[in-house]
Amino acid sequence: MNFDLNEDHIMMRKMVRDFAEQECAPGAEERDEKEEFPMELWKKCGELGLAGITFPEEYCGVGADYLSYAITVEELSRVDASLGVTVSAHSSLCANPIYLFGTEEQKQKYLIPLVTGEKMGAFGLTEAMAGSDASGTRTTAVRDGNDYIINGSKIFITNGYYADTYVITAQMDKSKGNRGIAAFILEKGMPGFTFGKKEKKMGIRSSATYELVFENVRIPAENLLGEEGQGFKIAMVTLDYGRIGIASQALGIAQGAYEQALKYAKERSQFGKTLSELEVIQFKLADMALQIEAARLLVYQACHMATEHRPVSKYAAMAKVHASETANMVATQAVQILGGYGYTRDYPVERMMRDAKITEIYEGTSEIQRLVIAANILKD
Amino acid sequence: MDIVVCLKQTFDTEAKIVLDSSGKIDSTGVNLVMNPYDEFAVEEALKLREKFGGQVTLVSMGGERVTESLRTALAMGCDEAILIQDPALESPDEWVTAEVLAKAVSQIPYDIILAGRIAVDDGSGQVAIRLADALKIPSVNCILKLETADGKAEVTREIDGGTELIEVSLPAVLTTQKGLNIPRYPSMMGIMKAKKKEIKRLTLADLGMSAADLPRKMSIMKFNLPSPRKGGMKISGEAADAAKELARILREEAKVI
Amino acid sequence: MAKGIWIIIEQSQAEIRNVSLELLSQGRILADKTGDPLVAVILGRNITELAGKVAAYGADKVILVDDEKLTDYTTGAYTSVLNKLIRKEEPQAVLLGNTAVGKDLAPRLAQRLGVGMASDCTGMEFDEESFLTFRRPIYGGKAFAQVVANARPVLATIRPNTFPIALPNALHQAEVINEMAEIDSEDLRAVVKEIALAASQRPELIEANVIISGGRGMKGPENYCILESCADMIGAAVGASRAAVDAGWIEQKFQVGQTGKTVSPTLYIACGISGAIQHLAGMGTSKVIVAINKDPEANIFNLADYGIVGDLFEILPLLTEEFKKLG
Repeated sequence: MNFDLNEDHIMMRKMVRDFAEQECAPGAEERDEKEEFPMELWKKCGELGLAGITFPEEYCGVGADYLSYAITVEELSRVDASLGVTVSAHSSLCANPIYLFGTEEQKQKYLIPLVTGEKMGAFGLTEAMAGSDASGTRTTAVRDGNDYIINGSKIFITNGYYADTYVITAQMDKSKGNRGIAAFILEKGMPGFTFGKKEKKMGIRSSATYELVFENVRIPAENLLGEEGQGFKIAMVTLDYGRIGIASQALGIAQGAYEQALKYAKERSQFGKTLSELEVIQFKLADMALQIEAARLLVYQACHMATEHRPVSKYAAMAKVHASETANMVATQAVQILGGYGYTRDYPVERMMRDAKITEIYEGTSEIQRLVIAANILKD
Repeated sequence: MDIVVCLKQTFDTEAKIVLDSSGKIDSTGVNLVMNPYDEFAVEEALKLREKFGGQVTLVSMGGERVTESLRTALAMGCDEAILIQDPALESPDEWVTAEVLAKAVSQIPYDIILAGRIAVDDGSGQVAIRLADALKIPSVNCILKLETADGKAEVTREIDGGTELIEVSLPAVLTTQKGLNIPRYPSMMGIMKAKKKEIKRLTLADLGMSAADLPRKMSIMKFNLPSPRKGGMKISGEAADAAKELARILREEAKVI
Repeated sequence: MAKGIWIIIEQSQAEIRNVSLELLSQGRILADKTGDPLVAVILGRNITELAGKVAAYGADKVILVDDEKLTDYTTGAYTSVLNKLIRKEEPQAVLLGNTAVGKDLAPRLAQRLGVGMASDCTGMEFDEESFLTFRRPIYGGKAFAQVVANARPVLATIRPNTFPIALPNALHQAEVINEMAEIDSEDLRAVVKEIALAASQRPELIEANVIISGGRGMKGPENYCILESCADMIGAAVGASRAAVDAGWIEQKFQVGQTGKTVSPTLYIACGISGAIQHLAGMGTSKVIVAINKDPEANIFNLADYGIVGDLFEILPLLTEEFKKLG
């Protein structure tokens, strides 16, 4: 079992890191403060091939493995978690379900532009009454001749408003519960499809989080993704893979915060020593390093399962739980180590701490992840 | 157009320099990178190929780790690489390097040869110009801008206090200065494709040369580390007083103004 | 057999560059030890009057190559002429300044002669056994190498401001020899079409005795005038750190550092510059370093001889005033 990254991964990490440090890091603080969506950087990500890493060359993708994707999201998130989730949500939550469940026509029409980064994607599952419990889905889809008509709304949608392509879920038959849900592909600009509230968030403030509103949105039948009644399954599979992205984002946040703390501890002196010479701080740093290492291994393991097309659910859930809890612990400790300075905007750790929190919540809360893990370990 | 880029792998400029037990520069654990000035050469080569078509061939010398930098350049878009490796070339001086590179380059077609103006490790800035003389072609050092047409290149070169516009007939060696272009990041696709591109390895024998042909013209007697500069005094007080005191010290004590 | 220590004199519009005077001064000291004649070699057009000046700085012999084709420096013509002269006269050593000309000419000449060359030397010593050894910085000045040539002539470029300029002695006489320019046509394949010199009155960075540099702390291009006012008060050159250049606040040619220019002034004042290792590579050999920075933890204070922790926008104008008062 080889724990080292191969030459390609090393090169990819360097490329994304250089790009992240030179182009993404300098404006991250300002974008966070102004809640300014990183549109220019997103376009550059597309040009560098970061928008469709795991998709095969036949759909203009890079044809690389999940580890390459995880490394990319981690490196972006290390300097700007908002940009990290923008890329991750686009890739895992929109492009991926189309890739896994779409027809050839849908792939040609929607997947390719997403993979090249020409278009941006988003995923609309969550609703006011359907957070952890997807059976609360109230958005409806009704067949009408050669079309479906969608009514309802979605909240907390990452990349909302800016995305061109949306994979959303809607209830077609309430009596069937989750089995009545179907997934659809929508395009920005379709009549009746508008955007509502833009969320003001604690963290990842330059990531766009919007309400989607559907008022008699008429879509052609060809825009059904998969089959009627398959929507819940599509959502669950999508989230399984998406969790690898969020775990990578969390890992990146943790890594970034840890490096800030380490650097500060070596430079700052109190009581006649650098902080890094004080055992109290050494223990904190050791715990941070240890948890990050464990998170990294869990993420890499989940990537391995995904790349090998083996059951990924349990591993992705484990990676996400651990990485997100690690991100929160590490970022909080980083602020603690930087003390008063860490609490100010002069240093990035307060932003990292605010950014970390969401990783325990979206794409399945840590509580849900634990249920997923339990279900997996108890099933045989 | 046949474009050749001479590439060197160097220590990262962040690297801490220590001497090993034999008094030589210790390279253990040091991060190795493409010489930053060579990145401008690679980028310019790729731009030329985008404009005129053709091929970009990298030429380098050194140990196995050089392949990392060559792969990066291949990932940026270069077509193929030649790596000259030989135990006799462990720490060549500039004359030896130029002679060997000249032999290798003379075996491939070239319309233009690009190289960084200086390597950040040895700080010599000699090899590329020497290469030109060995190949008996013109050289222009420190270019900030390049236009080519009809077998000639029009280059803007940096000189002390300004720039010069030079027209030079091709083939020629041009050394690249910061400001010439902005090197591209290798794309993901580029990284994946780089694996399939060839790195041809050549020994001195493959070039028809032997160690006896390459006597050192310079020798390094010893290395030393500078005594570290130490922080001096901080002048305290209100801005106006501090400024006054500094001016006084510079005039009366340090006697530098 | 004493064959000569040659200094290749750099001149422009009948002005001899300071570094050439530094080399003549040090060359004189060297020649007195080795017993070689000190020979100044000047290529150019209408350069006869320069012979007297180089004699005053210690040259025993002046070789003048006055030719239309040598009016402006070109790699090919100068290499061709010097190669032939050196092969004819066989000097022991040939020294040049590490200027744009030196960096271009010396390597080409060295290859043409089949010899080694020590670049950008910050020290030169004579001893009976090795003849000349040179100290030169490597790894951005983080280390130094002591090098010696195995072939003759010994060729080296010397960093400007390394050696002091001696007082000229108008009574010192030199033998003047006029040589013809012999240039191979092969060496005329690069043609200078235009020379654009910046109209700046300020000294050239790499030769300046005093440099005031601004970094990230300058906050914007519009603030460099504060630096410039201070510089002009003491005849200093203006420099910048990479951060300022990358931010587009000032042109690349002002950058001091590993990927910029290497300078060795008597006084370097760093304003709003943190002191990253790559910046140090470009100015670490400055005799006196002053730092003005509002961050007391900035690395630059670890190498500055004098520092002020404060707001450069407040301090610089006050400093300019103080310099004015000193006269």
